[in-house]
Amino acid sequence: MRLELRNITIKDVRFGAQTEVKGDVLYVNKQEMIDALQDERLTSIDVEIAKPNEATRIVPVKDVIEPRVKVEGSGGVFPGFVSKVDMVGSGVTHVLKGVAVVTTGKIVGFQEGIIDMSGPGAQYTPFSDTLNVVLVAEPVQGLLQHDHEAALRTMGLKAAAYLGEAGRHAKPTNTEVFDCPPLPQALLQFPGLPKVAYVYMLQSQGLLHDTYVYGIDAKRTLPTFIYPTEVMDGAIVSGNCVSACDKNTTFHHQNSPVIHELLARHGKDYNFIGVVVTNENVTLSDKERSSNFTAKLVEWLGVDAVIISEEGFGNPDTDLMMNCVKLEKKGIKTVLVTDEYAGQDGASQSLADADPLADAVITAGNANEVIVLPPMQKLLGHKETADVIAGGWYGSLAADGSITAEIQVITGATNELGFSKLTSKGV
Amino acid sequence: MSNQKLKVVHYLNQFYGGIGGEDKAGHLPEERAGALGPGQALQAALGTDAEIVATVICGDDYFAENLDGALHTVITMIKAHAPDLVVTGPAFNAGRYGVACGAVAKAVFEELHVPVVSGMYHENPGVEMYRRYAYVVKTGNSAADMRKAIPAIANLVKALGKREEVTPETHAYIPQGLRKNYFHAERGAKRAVDMLVAKINAQPFVTEYPMPHFDRVAPNMPIADASKAKIALVTSGGIVPKGNPDHIESSSASRYGKYDIQGVSDLTPEKYATAHGGYDPVYANLDSDRVLPVDVLREMEQAGEIGVLHRYFYTTVGNGTSVANCAAFAKKFVQELVNDGVQAVILTST
Repeated sequence: MRLELRNITIKDVRFGAQTEVKGDVLYVNKQEMIDALQDERLTSIDVEIAKPNEATRIVPVKDVIEPRVKVEGSGGVFPGFVSKVDMVGSGVTHVLKGVAVVTTGKIVGFQEGIIDMSGPGAQYTPFSDTLNVVLVAEPVQGLLQHDHEAALRTMGLKAAAYLGEAGRHAKPTNTEVFDCPPLPQALLQFPGLPKVAYVYMLQSQGLLHDTYVYGIDAKRTLPTFIYPTEVMDGAIVSGNCVSACDKNTTFHHQNSPVIHELLARHGKDYNFIGVVVTNENVTLSDKERSSNFTAKLVEWLGVDAVIISEEGFGNPDTDLMMNCVKLEKKGIKTVLVTDEYAGQDGASQSLADADPLADAVITAGNANEVIVLPPMQKLLGHKETADVIAGGWYGSLAADGSITAEIQVITGATNELGFSKLTSKGV
Repeated sequence: MSNQKLKVVHYLNQFYGGIGGEDKAGHLPEERAGALGPGQALQAALGTDAEIVATVICGDDYFAENLDGALHTVITMIKAHAPDLVVTGPAFNAGRYGVACGAVAKAVFEELHVPVVSGMYHENPGVEMYRRYAYVVKTGNSAADMRKAIPAIANLVKALGKREEVTPETHAYIPQGLRKNYFHAERGAKRAVDMLVAKINAQPFVTEYPMPHFDRVAPNMPIADASKAKIALVTSGGIVPKGNPDHIESSSASRYGKYDIQGVSDLTPEKYATAHGGYDPVYANLDSDRVLPVDVLREMEQAGEIGVLHRYFYTTVGNGTSVANCAAFAKKFVQELVNDGVQAVILTST
């Protein structure tokens, strides 16, 4: 599969009479956008804009999505949701680079997060650097949590597709080309170089812990192969907020960093064969089945080494270790990407499972570290949720609007796809 | 404290305090004004930045045999000087002395909230037991290393006094076993690829999280006759009376709850819910017995299959809660369960 990603760099977002890209500015017709997102499960939708360096806080954040549109090739973005379930990953896709859709509103569960556009919290989230089109949506009374989550998820994807459409005819700033051949050719490329793959673990533990692949809930799938370019077209969609810090938002999946970093040195240091997506279910038999399948598929690909990324913590630490141990025992080398829960003082053991074979680990930091987020002038969403989201506690929100909480509350702070630079060391 | 001379109290054993050798190891805690023994060399190395205002001395045997009492006396003596920093030892490879230096460090850390600097050989048992409470400078295994240990300790004391950032690398102390966040120059995914290439090519690499020793608990013997046993329910699944009266956190719990279920035979959605933020709460909120099976245990109690269900259940949220916090909770309530005559616990997780 050959995919061209054409990036249209956007430097400002403003409301305007028409939703369009003019130069490097995205104009949004607010009412038209709201009308396009109507859903009987939602009583109100509002659109706001939050820009870098503003004194703005968004809470509780559910998902973040990058606006994209397919302009050539089969299918459309987010197959199984806003597009039919065609295979994606080839042709040409336009990306509104620098823009993100952020969904907020009444809290669904406990796991939504905080984005501060400035101040000390801003450096922990990649979404303080994006021009955010924020959707504040409120559910109808009595809407059950599963339906509430689905409504918000769909709204966010529709919004990203709606904005992406404005970039269909825009002039790209730069183009990246990714050519990922079918397996027989892929295996024959670059003889002499070691072969590598990526084991992409998707959170699938239940409400607010679900991920979708081509529209199917990953918990009802077996591990399977996927082309790196399919992921870039939105084949993987987030329905979850594990804890906000180590939730992979849809934006993270669209820009999946291990895939991009592996492609960057493909053909020079190794031959990157492809991606195995697997899940993180809750029962032991599911964990055994998925890790067995993962190890089998990777062995089947004939690769020498893999990177395995986790999503979430605690229970999925077991899936991570099972995948690692089963692969290492087959003689396939592993590098793991995880984060840590070492306690607020950093003194505790960081993972809920461990194995001596896991000897090559990248950490995205200790999610329990405490931060004070000063008050912001503008608030999008509902600030009182700071007391109940994962990483906050009763009293996290002070009378002056400041929030004292673990960095766990910040969207993307300890992302386990290795999206960010935060890490942790022993002292 | 930056404008004034740093006030230091020094802790020594009977040998370094000049009282005597093994025959004086039963010496009771006492305090002397100013620096003494190795403290004099330390004072010289500290120069005008800091002053050792007092030295507290205790015999190693006395400390080991009267731990609580000796520690209390020693801490009271130290506290009276309101020090900015405390130095213990160096203890090199002297086991009892190292443990005493560590115990004093822990008490100072917890009660006085000021930094402690010590010095030990890496195999001294005091290191493993107490390293997180003190900056323990790496020393040789005997007093022959005093000449090197004193400047290293002085260097660390001065840096801490100036509130400079210290690290095991820059200040030659034994890592405290604490995890500390920082921003790397490269993102995680790039570092993962670099590590993968190194591992494939059998080149050296440093894992960012060395695997801990994982604590596996061997199961106890089963109870011989469940029909006579008092059984308690304990959960990390976060089931609480609705409204979460003790505000147990949805993640990274700092507390657990103990709730009376006398006369309760079913956990109804009107009265119970989960506080846990790490799993789908819908089904637990509809019927909390799914996580904490009070209903089934009441039936078994009625049928005589178990003796009695304990009057209280204990609950916390396991989600993102550090292993250290969990162990501390259990240490507390397990004693209560034992005192209440509970013979078995059904521990449910989620």
